[in-house]
Amino acid sequence: MRRVAGVNAPGRTDLPVLKPYDVKAVTPDGYIFTRWVATLPWWTPALVVLAALLWPLIASAQSGYTVYDAFDALWRWSPFLLWSGFFFNVLISVFAMAIGTVFGAALGLGQISPNRVLRRAAWFFTQLFRNSPWLVILFIVLLAFPFQVKVFGVTIPIPDWMKGVIGLSLPIMANISEVVRGAVQSVPTAQWEAAESLAFSRRQILWQIILPQCYKRMLPPWMNWYAILTMATPLCTLLGIEEVITLSRQAMEAEDNHPELLVPFYGFILILFFAYCYPIARFTMRLEKKYAVKL
Amino acid sequence: MTWTPDQPIVSLKDVRKSFGDLEVLKGVSFDVMKGEVICIIGPSGSGKSTLIRCINGLNDIQAGSITVEGQEVHDPKLDKLELRKKVGMVFQQYNLFPHKTALQNVMMAPVLVLKEDKAEVERRARALLAKVRLQGKEDSYPGELSGGQQQRVAIARSLAMNPDVMLFDEVTAALDPETVKEVLVTIRELAEEGMTCMLVTHEMGFAREVADHIYFTDRGVIVEHGPPSTFFTDAKDPRTQEFLGQIL
Repeated sequence: MRRVAGVNAPGRTDLPVLKPYDVKAVTPDGYIFTRWVATLPWWTPALVVLAALLWPLIASAQSGYTVYDAFDALWRWSPFLLWSGFFFNVLISVFAMAIGTVFGAALGLGQISPNRVLRRAAWFFTQLFRNSPWLVILFIVLLAFPFQVKVFGVTIPIPDWMKGVIGLSLPIMANISEVVRGAVQSVPTAQWEAAESLAFSRRQILWQIILPQCYKRMLPPWMNWYAILTMATPLCTLLGIEEVITLSRQAMEAEDNHPELLVPFYGFILILFFAYCYPIARFTMRLEKKYAVKL
Repeated sequence: MTWTPDQPIVSLKDVRKSFGDLEVLKGVSFDVMKGEVICIIGPSGSGKSTLIRCINGLNDIQAGSITVEGQEVHDPKLDKLELRKKVGMVFQQYNLFPHKTALQNVMMAPVLVLKEDKAEVERRARALLAKVRLQGKEDSYPGELSGGQQQRVAIARSLAMNPDVMLFDEVTAALDPETVKEVLVTIRELAEEGMTCMLVTHEMGFAREVADHIYFTDRGVIVEHGPPSTFFTDAKDPRTQEFLGQIL
């Protein structure tokens, strides 16, 4: 196959060979996790919480504060944890995903640019943010960004949660960049050649012919990254953002920090995340199967 | 230099092409006149496909010259898009755009590249699909069509650009024997209408029937050529004789 600048490596031969679809290119690392979640039966978190409860049940036999009191406390706090806590996590994940997708798509297109400098730069930033711990990125964003910026004399405050969104969107951006690059490269070179011989320009080929074939392939890995991102939002508690973990800690403090509170409260959060991410994981796997057959 | 129809529409002069250390074309020269149908035959790996792909600039060349209507194909200043509007190409693997219907596949390039009026292009596209006997398949996606049908859509797609030359790169090699015929019929009609056609093919019977001139390539050179009336019967070179002996 002939070389399309930026899209594939130079071929050794030019003889007509039909390349198989490169499925691996669309589904890089991390996918394993979603696949694992999707295979869990839906009652898994309930079982985990139940098992964890056995221990405090025994431990609290002599203490005055029982596990029933702990559940009573959880019952009172749960609406607050859900609406003020967990939904803030969801909000953070949606914003981070939106920002990460937009910039990730741009970076991914940069990685397949015919311009060598642009391509190398896009590759570098993709690798940098893909291979750094998310928490480190979060801290750097928190500490490096000012708490407000002045644009044309208007002072715009940057609250901590916004920094959390930016911090989480960076690794997402890098991974979406790889998803885009992989999807574009999974389209056979023959499609480029057919379009080229019809006198399409490179830009037209990419936007009219190659990318429309990629959207379907990109959807499952994109959703996979959304699920991973959502489960990473509790990291924001380390920045002091008032998301679900931070609020739970405050709630437990208000309930005098009884150790019996820990498992019910964290178990509740686990169930919340599972209830949100499990359908996404299942749906992702279904889409993947559906498109795998068609391609 | 302006080109006039009495000059060769496609002209190759001592064309050389290598992939790394492997020299695939070792000095190929020939001319094709307007309205002529030529067939390139030869064993696998003899450089036939490479040769035809050089003509619309899909492959670059290391030495020599290729001109289409007097324009140097490998001139860095040449607008490749302008060249490709004149040269249509059909591939072995059809290479239709899988996310577009047959009609959309045919319409895409004239609308987006030539910026022609959409209604006019649609009328022409429907006529072309009818011409390749695919009425009623306008709204089918490539995945819903057989190989032969897809290949005919691919031919219609190239014709929609109103090219002056059509290149066919082993267009029947991936087809079932029973669908080969429907594609060959389409190409023969084109040839009879006076379209300049260059075919790389393994269909000797077809080559004999439609070609004005046959070129036999082996190991990157043209070993022998001639009109089909003499080529198949009076082959001089032992390599040609051996090849024809295996095929016929």
